[in-house]
Amino acid sequence: MSNQDHDLKVIVFQLVNKEYAVPVQNVQSIEKVMHITRVPGVPSYVRGVVNLRGVVTPIIDLRKRFSLEDGTEDEHTRIIIVNIGDIEVGFIVDSANDVLDLSSDSIEPQPNVVGSIEADFIEGVAKNDRRLLILLQLDKVLENAA
Amino acid sequence: MEMNQYLEVFIEESKDHLQNCNTQMLELEKNPGDIAIVNEIFRSAHTLKGMSATMGYEDLASLTHNMENVLDDIRNGKLSVTTAVMDALFSAVDDLEDMTASIASGGDGKKDVSRSLSLLEAIQKGEPAPKAAAENNSSIQYDEFERTVIEQSLEQGYIAYELTVKLKDDCLLKAARVYMVFEVLEKIGEVIKSNPTVDQLEEENFDQHFCVTLASKEEKDFIEKSVLKVSEVESAEAAEVNLEAVEEKPKAAQEAAVTNEAAVVEESAKETQKQAVSNKTIRVNIDRLDVLMNLFEELVIDRGRLEQISKELNHGELNETVERMSRISGDLQSIILTMRMVPVETVFNRFPRMVRQLARDLDKQISLEISGQDTELDRTVIDEIGDPLVHLLRNALDHGIESPAARREKGKPEEGTIQLRAYHSGNHVFIEIEDDGAGISKEKVLSKALSRGIVTEEQAKTLTDSQVYELIMASGFSTAETISDISGRGVGLDVVKTTIESLGGSITIHSTEGQGSIFSVQLPLTLSIISVMLVEVEEEKFAIPLSSIIETAIVKDEEILHAHNQRVIDFRGKVVPLVFLNETFDVKKENTEDIHSVIIVRKGEKLAGLVVDSFIGQQEVVLKSLGDYLGNVFAISGATILGDGQVALIVDCNALIQ
Repeated sequence: MSNQDHDLKVIVFQLVNKEYAVPVQNVQSIEKVMHITRVPGVPSYVRGVVNLRGVVTPIIDLRKRFSLEDGTEDEHTRIIIVNIGDIEVGFIVDSANDVLDLSSDSIEPQPNVVGSIEADFIEGVAKNDRRLLILLQLDKVLENAA
Repeated sequence: MEMNQYLEVFIEESKDHLQNCNTQMLELEKNPGDIAIVNEIFRSAHTLKGMSATMGYEDLASLTHNMENVLDDIRNGKLSVTTAVMDALFSAVDDLEDMTASIASGGDGKKDVSRSLSLLEAIQKGEPAPKAAAENNSSIQYDEFERTVIEQSLEQGYIAYELTVKLKDDCLLKAARVYMVFEVLEKIGEVIKSNPTVDQLEEENFDQHFCVTLASKEEKDFIEKSVLKVSEVESAEAAEVNLEAVEEKPKAAQEAAVTNEAAVVEESAKETQKQAVSNKTIRVNIDRLDVLMNLFEELVIDRGRLEQISKELNHGELNETVERMSRISGDLQSIILTMRMVPVETVFNRFPRMVRQLARDLDKQISLEISGQDTELDRTVIDEIGDPLVHLLRNALDHGIESPAARREKGKPEEGTIQLRAYHSGNHVFIEIEDDGAGISKEKVLSKALSRGIVTEEQAKTLTDSQVYELIMASGFSTAETISDISGRGVGLDVVKTTIESLGGSITIHSTEGQGSIFSVQLPLTLSIISVMLVEVEEEKFAIPLSSIIETAIVKDEEILHAHNQRVIDFRGKVVPLVFLNETFDVKKENTEDIHSVIIVRKGEKLAGLVVDSFIGQQEVVLKSLGDYLGNVFAISGATILGDGQVALIVDCNALIQ
């Protein structure tokens, strides 16, 4: 954990022209879009479940979760499988293609005036060259699901 | 830190040993004279002591040590098995169990064991007279070699003495004094044995006194005086060794002395005997079996694809190979499934203790007869079934079996009997709890149910016997006139019922008033593989467990009737409400047909018709949970993976029938 003081390795993904980051140790794998079975009676941002190598895994549509506009799936669309504690879920994102090392001094706490729902899920903002990465607070994203 | 890897093994083995103690102690209570049982308990306690001392759990070690002392006295005939003794031992085992549980849940295994300790100590001191006599006879135990030496020296005209030397309390150089005592003794005779051993004496590992066995031609007084000349020796008492007394219990000595070769041989002989009886097993973490199961399911899915491909290609050799593979993987499947099966013994084991305790608390005489404990069930079922069974047993003890006085009046034996049976039947396992107690009073149940508003007057008239009995499992029902600790809080039986139903099982009650009742629990063999009917609603596939399906039917639009805002059909003379799955599960419906496929499902006595688009067919599927994240989803009990790799949801029919 002392590593966190210096460097944070993150997976970077895109969602409606913005770049987000999740710590690499929480990411189990990145999958291409597969058949999703809808589950009735769950929040709208839960797309359903997939068969991830024999394990039934719930899939969250991050666009819906952050109340962003709906998008269409294309060949770049990916499912990022993340682990938080005992919970394993997949996030649908527009694309995922980068692994970065962030130094801790490049991470700033979330600016106060952001004014969108996704602000609740943000842990901080990191500057890397000219890119602005939004660090996600994963446990918040997973809160009050059912 | 490096102990961590052993912790799991330690916990598992401790549990085993404690369980063994429990069973053997119950056995001992029945046959108080059987030394073999005492030895068995002693061995378990001893192993436990060793393990816990190694792992650094001092409280565990000290308590087991005291247990051992008492057990040792029992098998040496110094103590007889009385209820008080058994209670103290049981209380100690209870504490040990608590501590092990605390360690298992990450605690430090510390507990205030002073009560059990004082109980045990009191018992050890409780019979001072025979114990003192025993001490006089032999405070030192001799092995065969030492005994031969003593015998030979006796034959050669020597006299064997047991010399107890006590040093002064303020003695500073104990080791030095011991050395001096030995020097004196060696001049006047030959030291055969000392207790503690010479090594321990040199390390000052003793209190103020020690014992030496000496072969000498000198007089007793002379020896005592010579030893007393050594400074700081407070007293020295010599006594002739009574070899006959020593020989009285060579067996006990053999087993007590750890360094004793004969004992070691005997122990190992017993050990091998034991191994020959029990099968060789290894412990496997259940998680690993789950992983194996998951991997195997992947294999099954690929097998399905392979079969499809070979059918399309129609290549002879390929077909043959694929068929062979299918057969082998079929065998593999049954092996993997049986690997997860556990005998119900693991659950039943704790019941004799519980019944014994409860019977004493309730002042009733009850014998518990268990049969079929080797019946196997899936691990997941075993884990869940314990609490419901405890409830049912408590119920039988508290409400079923009458007090001895009441039983005498009715001309029954004072001792009530509860039978706990498990057996296989078809694809199910039955667990039955039968008591020869008072049975269920229909009138009492009905009047209670009426006063609690569980049924109405009109309903009450039409109920069958079994329906009346089922009322006692309705929530908010309790027939015990006085509320006791054991049952009668009105939350018991309905929880039992829901737990059993959530496992895919059912519970039925038979009872004859005055003669007793039978609670019969039916459980599926396994939870992980179930037979389902696959159905389609638009593009979505759902699985309906076969166990709740009665039959399927095709219903035309005009056959659907309306009653109280609900669509119903007349099915074989019964009015059956319809549940449109597309509405329940918000499936977007595009085309409406005037012919509906209906699956008639059952929950207890109630029926319902599930309306779907089409039937796909029957299939064995692997039940999977939706995961912690989604938790409970209405009317969905889980998911399964189909041959094409897609996930299908399993419908929970019980939730759909109100």
